[in-house]
Amino acid sequence: MGYTLTEKILMRNTGKSSLQAGELLTVKADKVMVHDLFAPFVIEKFREMGFQKVWAPDKIVFVYDHLVPTSFSEDSRHHKIADGFATEQGIKAVHRSDGVCHQLMPELKYVIPGQVAFGTDSHTTTYGAVGALATGIGYTEMAAIFGTGELWIKVPPTLKFNINGNLPEGVFAKDLILRIIGDIGADGATYKAMEFGGTTIEGFSIASRMTLSNMAVEAGAKFGVIEPDEKTYEFSGIDGGDYQNLRSDPDAGYEKVYTYDATVLRPLVACPSNVDNIKGAEEMRGTRIDQGFIGSCTNGRLEDLEIAARILKGRKIAPYTKLIVTPASRSIYAEAVRKGIISILVEAGAIVNPPACGLCCGRSGGIVADGERVIAANNRNFLGRMGGPKSEIFLASPATVTASALEGKIVDPRNYFS
Amino acid sequence: MSRIFAGRVWKLGDDIDTDIIIPTQFLALESVEEMKKYAFNPLRPDLAELIRPGDIIVAGKNFGCGSSREQAAEILAALKLSCIIAKSYARIFYRNAFNNGLLLLENNELDDLCQEGDELSVNLETSRILLGGRSFSVASIPDDLWQMLAAGGLVPMMRKRNS
Repeated sequence: MGYTLTEKILMRNTGKSSLQAGELLTVKADKVMVHDLFAPFVIEKFREMGFQKVWAPDKIVFVYDHLVPTSFSEDSRHHKIADGFATEQGIKAVHRSDGVCHQLMPELKYVIPGQVAFGTDSHTTTYGAVGALATGIGYTEMAAIFGTGELWIKVPPTLKFNINGNLPEGVFAKDLILRIIGDIGADGATYKAMEFGGTTIEGFSIASRMTLSNMAVEAGAKFGVIEPDEKTYEFSGIDGGDYQNLRSDPDAGYEKVYTYDATVLRPLVACPSNVDNIKGAEEMRGTRIDQGFIGSCTNGRLEDLEIAARILKGRKIAPYTKLIVTPASRSIYAEAVRKGIISILVEAGAIVNPPACGLCCGRSGGIVADGERVIAANNRNFLGRMGGPKSEIFLASPATVTASALEGKIVDPRNYFS
Repeated sequence: MSRIFAGRVWKLGDDIDTDIIIPTQFLALESVEEMKKYAFNPLRPDLAELIRPGDIIVAGKNFGCGSSREQAAEILAALKLSCIIAKSYARIFYRNAFNNGLLLLENNELDDLCQEGDELSVNLETSRILLGGRSFSVASIPDDLWQMLAAGGLVPMMRKRNS
């Protein structure tokens, strides 16, 4: 029996010539990421454990994104503590206002194909889009990695998702991953790796692939991997020749294989307050909304802002409806400015926030009150995540969010693409 | 850590996510002692005050799904629950719980059969849970996880390694 991409990366990391699902392994961390919200806790635990020096300062990246810009005076405490530790330990990769951690790690090539990475954030699975094995952990385990460079993991079984054909106009990677999560459930891949492949994925940009890998954790997955290809090599700035074995064997042992026909997919909405509560945008048509949100590590990339601009050009969003746009990184923001995307959004009435987590994590940038409804392009619609416990969040693609904000009610965005 | 204990039940449902266990707006509070007052705030704002040391939370599937925030496990450990019994757990929460000395048990039936306020007797030497006259099985905890629980979590274990 052959090996899956996940197993091959684990073999590469550990030097083992064979392994199987369920086996316990100690892996070496090629890169770790800690964001501002949890940095003080990692540092405190690191000291409590009795460590003096981190194992490899050049393998640690600090990203300040959850508390940027600060909303409360006490927020800057997190940045001061992390800054002090970075200076003391010689950690040079500190991003203080450059964007969301999961956008920056692949974008700045901190994580490249074949690596094993950990982050103090559940959406660390995003790096699977560039063929890396990456997952979220708590701050205590991160503190242990800071000291030892290692972590134990259990080799997960893999669920393979083969998706073929072109998505119809107005349907996007977000609709695909919502369909998959709706089908397998919010715990459908718990403790498992999800692997996405097929002609649809081959045709996807790295940005769209990141949307899939990002949300793998919303089905409980440990990893959400995609085989690297020419697009990946170019994105990661590497010579593909060294990475040819980073693909699943034809006879790899998958726990289950799912097949999707992309041509029949339609715009979807995850209704409050579970990500697997999936309905068609058409079915939810007419649901009044107060606010739209485009941003986050799921859907704050250039192609997402371009879609919003395409729909909004020459139009005005509905009165009493706010549309908040938060680019996922500084470079995306700058490129959107150069391309005239930001002026289209602003002239249509959108509020453009600085690149950071913003509303997605419910700490800043458009907190809502009880009774308000948000349609959002991020990854979670949990109870109270964006403010009051009686507010409601619907998750959708940037196209569905934009079209809905434009009309002040949920609409099927395909009308804007014909 | 005792392998035989009893406790009063609080019931929660399926998919209790970490945003429910501790919402983001409370994560910048300076101490876990402050934070634990807000456990389950969006769902049941009064619950944290009612939970007493030794109580047991019984829940459905996918307990602890969502964010990696370890405060979710840390505040439940700080509330001194004797354990959580759910149908299943999300993986990051599962690791975080044991790393903080919080015992998690899995059982598929209890959530559908017990009521809030019931008294459960747990015997991990025989891997049984008693509810009234009925007995339920519970998977045993691997030895290395027991050792970590007994040590009080990953921090004391690492401290011992480094001393």
